[in-house]
Amino acid sequence: MGFKEYCFKKSLWLFHFGGASCNNCDIEILACLTPRFDVERFGMQLVGTIRHADVLLVNGSINQKDKVRLLELYEQAPKPILVVAIGACGCTGGIFAQGNTFAGPVDKIIPVDAYIPGCPPKPEAIIAGIVKLLHK
Amino acid sequence: MYKDLLYYLIFPGFIFISVAGAFLSWFDRKITAWVQFRKGPPLLQPFYDFFKLLLVKETILPASGSRLTFLMSPVFGLTGACLSGILIMLPALGLKSGFSGDMIVIFYMLTIPSLTYMIGALAAGNPLAAVGASREMKLIISYELTFLLVIAAVILKADLAVTVQDIILAQGEKGPFVGSLSGILLFIAFVFCMQAKLGLVPFDMAEAETEITHGSFIEYSGTAYALIRLTKYMMLFILPAFLCVTLLGGFRTDGIHLLWTVLKMIGVVLLITLIRNTNPRVRIDQAMRFFFIWMNLLVIVAIVLIYFGL
Repeated sequence: MGFKEYCFKKSLWLFHFGGASCNNCDIEILACLTPRFDVERFGMQLVGTIRHADVLLVNGSINQKDKVRLLELYEQAPKPILVVAIGACGCTGGIFAQGNTFAGPVDKIIPVDAYIPGCPPKPEAIIAGIVKLLHK
Repeated sequence: MYKDLLYYLIFPGFIFISVAGAFLSWFDRKITAWVQFRKGPPLLQPFYDFFKLLLVKETILPASGSRLTFLMSPVFGLTGACLSGILIMLPALGLKSGFSGDMIVIFYMLTIPSLTYMIGALAAGNPLAAVGASREMKLIISYELTFLLVIAAVILKADLAVTVQDIILAQGEKGPFVGSLSGILLFIAFVFCMQAKLGLVPFDMAEAETEITHGSFIEYSGTAYALIRLTKYMMLFILPAFLCVTLLGGFRTDGIHLLWTVLKMIGVVLLITLIRNTNPRVRIDQAMRFFFIWMNLLVIVAIVLIYFGL
């Protein structure tokens, strides 16, 4: 592993995109940042703008309106960017998959690097998913 | 000639200040984590962040707005931080004597980073960046007068010595300025000015993450943002060092005094970190009122006390 790649993996900054989510995954993502699970141990921190982000966390079912915004965010992100689909809705569409306004799971819109299934996934599962992403 | 170059680029200059500032930035994040009952980042985290931004990430230029100004302003900010750092550190470590009136030059150089954040933000062509820039501008207007008054009071206290070296020597004779009543008032005012200059929490409205999503820095990415991070690391070393020089008796590097020097720096950074972790963000009008009325009043009381020799 080269120096550049090592630095990148040691310092992933997260940007959170919530689609039409029920907010359960959002709460579990927040739980990762708070004292008990504290992902800042691995150098991850939540940033407010996509220009600083290295990882785009996407959760919630993506409907027609979210699709446009998600695509725009992905194009605005400085490359390399990793995309992580969180929760059943992000990975497959979950119970919304047959819905009228549903615009496909995340991987139909932008390339996804890691899937973290669960409804909602526990913080342990999110951390396990991120570790798998780092060893990819 | 080569020695000067060494001074400017390596030992008390660019490389030393950035590395020391990066470690102080790690200390700041670690203390923040401890205050919130978290574990906190590893020791080399600031270096990973910096090299990731510098080497790996793509730099995106704004479609609307001036690209050259956008890219050059972090460079000028870094230059300003670097020059002020070297002007403080050379006399503080006793390597060179400095020139007459270098306190004034240091004051102007310390303004340059905030000024370039503002110019870069206005060149980005983003509405939130413009909001951040306007807040930064108001913040500069509010704290600069207090900061200048603090420096004037320090000069007055050192019997009108306007060089960093003479101020350190005056403190060597009388003991550190912070030991007197007026010194304590000046210390309080200086710490709040420092907080505003560093953009830490009671006065971080220019880059309020939760409100205007990094404000002034919203459009920066990649190398340009790496330079801004580096400037921030350097300022986190330079301003506490300036406080140590003006009020806490300067640096000594012989024997056990080296330990006191390091402890002084760490103590000052600990103080500003604790202030940043235990306070809410104030609105810009509250910040202006705070500096214009209360802090200026505090420094003027200190100046009057200095006249009476307290």
